[in-house]
Amino acid sequence: MATKTTCMSSQGSDDEQRKRENVRSLTMSGHVGFESLPDQLVNRSIQQGFCFNILCVGETGIGKSTLIDTLFNTNFEDYESSHFCPNVKLKAQTYELQESNVRLKLTIVNTVGFGDQINKEESYQPIVDYIDAQFEAYLQEELKIKRSLFTYHDSRIHVCLYFISPTGHSLKTLDLLTMKNLDSKVNIIPVIAKADTVSKTELQKFKIKLMSELVSNGVQIYQFPTDDDTIAKVNAAMNGQLPFAVVGSMDEVKVGNKMVKARQYPWGVVQVENENHCDFVKLREMLICTNMEDLREQTHTRHYELYRRCKLEEMGFTDVGPENKPVSLQETYEAKRHEFHGERQRKEEEMKQMFVQRVKEKEAILKEAERELQAKFEHLKRLHQEERMKLEEKRRLLEEEIIAFSKKKATSEIFHGQSFLATGSNLRKDKDRKKEPSCGFELLCVDVRTCENSGGRKDAEKGREGHSARGRP
Amino acid sequence: MSVSARSAAAEERSVNSSTMGQQKNLEGYVGFANLPNQVYRKSVKRGFEFTLMVVGESGLGKSTLINSLFLTDLYSPEYPGPSHRIKKTVQVEQSKVLIKEGGVQLLLTIVDTPGFGDAVDNSNCWQPVIDYIDSKFEDYLNAESRVNRRQMPDNRVQCCLYFIAPSGHGLKPLDIEFMKRLHEKVNIIPLIAKADTLTPEECQQFKKQIMKEIQEHKIKIYEFPETDDEEENKLVKKIKDRLPLAVVGSNTIIEVNGKRVRGRQYPWGVAEVENGEHCDFTILRNMLIRTHMQDLKDVTNNVHYENYRSRKLAAVTYNGVDNNKNKGQLTKSPLAQMEEERREHVAKMKKMEMEMEQVFEMKVKEKVQKLKDSEAENLGKEQEEREDLLNSLLTTSYVLVANMPAWTSVFVGSV
Repeated sequence: MATKTTCMSSQGSDDEQRKRENVRSLTMSGHVGFESLPDQLVNRSIQQGFCFNILCVGETGIGKSTLIDTLFNTNFEDYESSHFCPNVKLKAQTYELQESNVRLKLTIVNTVGFGDQINKEESYQPIVDYIDAQFEAYLQEELKIKRSLFTYHDSRIHVCLYFISPTGHSLKTLDLLTMKNLDSKVNIIPVIAKADTVSKTELQKFKIKLMSELVSNGVQIYQFPTDDDTIAKVNAAMNGQLPFAVVGSMDEVKVGNKMVKARQYPWGVVQVENENHCDFVKLREMLICTNMEDLREQTHTRHYELYRRCKLEEMGFTDVGPENKPVSLQETYEAKRHEFHGERQRKEEEMKQMFVQRVKEKEAILKEAERELQAKFEHLKRLHQEERMKLEEKRRLLEEEIIAFSKKKATSEIFHGQSFLATGSNLRKDKDRKKEPSCGFELLCVDVRTCENSGGRKDAEKGREGHSARGRP
Repeated sequence: MSVSARSAAAEERSVNSSTMGQQKNLEGYVGFANLPNQVYRKSVKRGFEFTLMVVGESGLGKSTLINSLFLTDLYSPEYPGPSHRIKKTVQVEQSKVLIKEGGVQLLLTIVDTPGFGDAVDNSNCWQPVIDYIDSKFEDYLNAESRVNRRQMPDNRVQCCLYFIAPSGHGLKPLDIEFMKRLHEKVNIIPLIAKADTLTPEECQQFKKQIMKEIQEHKIKIYEFPETDDEEENKLVKKIKDRLPLAVVGSNTIIEVNGKRVRGRQYPWGVAEVENGEHCDFTILRNMLIRTHMQDLKDVTNNVHYENYRSRKLAAVTYNGVDNNKNKGQLTKSPLAQMEEERREHVAKMKKMEMEMEQVFEMKVKEKVQKLKDSEAENLGKEQEEREDLLNSLLTTSYVLVANMPAWTSVFVGSV
């Protein structure tokens, strides 16, 4: 219950504990003065200032801002929200208020766009996320090595005012769903908004219906505490009046000879602070005057602790080690750190291995490709070799033919020459002939061979010319 | 606790209310002015705790003073004081009492140290005290760090009354040594014991000397906080001028001028405990119990405990990690530290992966290029050879074709 001091609420268990610890009860013979301890505590709190964070959840236009203004008797915001937000957003504003010597840092968080979308499935998630984010921020601060909790601006939501539409019938599914998701994270106080549209008889039935729906769906709303004798009776009575049907207004209307906050209709004036007209005063009493501190305490000792426990368990922290022996934070932390370190090493190894594997595979592929290329090349070479051999063969044959021809030609020319000599014409030609036949073709052959390297057509032509010169009869 | 620690805290407070909201004026009754009452009620219901430690040589009147402070027989023949319980070594022992006043319950734990300073060789007689205080901090730290925290009993020592023997000269070496070693772990309030053996002038002189020595040795005794209230500050200043407080205690009630008072009866008169002109007992009682008890608890919690905690956690977090890198980074929690290490590791892995990929790609490219080149080279050579061969054959056939007509004509002619 209490955070940093021994819980002394139930006498029975405390007496036992005291007996165990050998605590003596003594009486004093005079006035010592420690009865001022609560005052000392209060003085310190006043010096520090108080902080309170309200979350308002409800459809656009249901009267959230107006109610807050009325509750705190201040005009906070000026503008109206639009109905066309694509998703639910949370908007927080912080104000510094002071009443007599008490300073209050009030943060109002509004849900903008709640219930406006066509598909409302994602409506409650941003709210849950926001609440969790505040817990997370506090947890992080609490876990820091160098921390300053006593100057930390506590942004955790202390109360959620859930605005119910005054349909007069029952809760909307969205309302049930949202509240179900929020009840373990925040103190929920449901209120019936715009209660001036519900008549007194309808209101009674409506309240009963709402409460029974909440109970049957297992929604845990905030119960005003009944353990303190001074306020137990009032709180118990108020618990029976939930949800409060409220009307908000900052406009003043003259009633009798006083200016009161009210809403003026043609058929009458709804007075905000008239307990016959609505439960506004009850809400203000319960929320602010009587139980504000309890709301803060519940948030810290119940909701926050639950969040913290879940978060730490999620991260693998426990209070008890493997042999069911209690484990200190240091040991847990070291163990965790060791575990993570080991895992990281393992991951690195894994990655390296994977890489080595890939290299091997790629090497194999490339080798295969190389081999294929080599094989192709060899094949090609072989083909060329075969071709070459064939061609060489042909060439050899051709050359043999050439030789055969030249021989024939030589022999025929000899015959020819002999017949020419007999005729006596073309002596020069004879000379040429005499020179040429023997060396002509040989020259050619030689030329042809050199042609292989120089691709000589010219020499061939030369040869041709020579022969054609001779060859014409 | 030094000036700097307190003013630093105050500064932080103003900086952190940096989430300043807009100032708004109320237009009427709201009701949160009742918050202090709500806090009051809850605190009374919870009850209060306080742990007070008394340290000093035996026979300095510690037990008597405690009994006088709390107007009760905390120490009695059944529960003897530390001077009657001396063992061979210094012990640190506690006793708990529950007292009620005006509806307010106080669970008072008195920690005493029988044997302190009584041996011939008192070296390290402060060590058991330090160990005790640290162990209480450790208990609290463990309780606070549990996953399931329910009851968090607070046994941390919130104030240490240190008794100085009324020699009239100055502090003893043991006094200085003790205070130097403990001033950063607990709120020390030094007291001049058995002050009825000093005349007012001697007392004044003694106090001046002690404060001088305290300052010389840079000992940080408990400091009274400044408040916004002028009146209060005047009072605080008065107290500060009378430090260290010279006290007298008594278990007996004597009648003086028709009044029944606590005092010590001498042949030459009665030294009254609660007479401000006789000693500073009333100041001590008012300060310790009636006005500053809460502050003593706050300072223990916000300064001494936090110092212990941050030192302890820093050792845990940075165990095995190079500490030079981490100086000035003590704002992280161990969880955040682990998270950061994890993130660093993920980044490292990514980088490693990228580098390996790059090297891999490069090597593959090289190899492929090499293969391509050698393929091209080989093919080129082949191609060249082939072309040459074809060309030569072409030439030979040209020759043949070219000479065909000549040769045939020869034959034709010859025929």
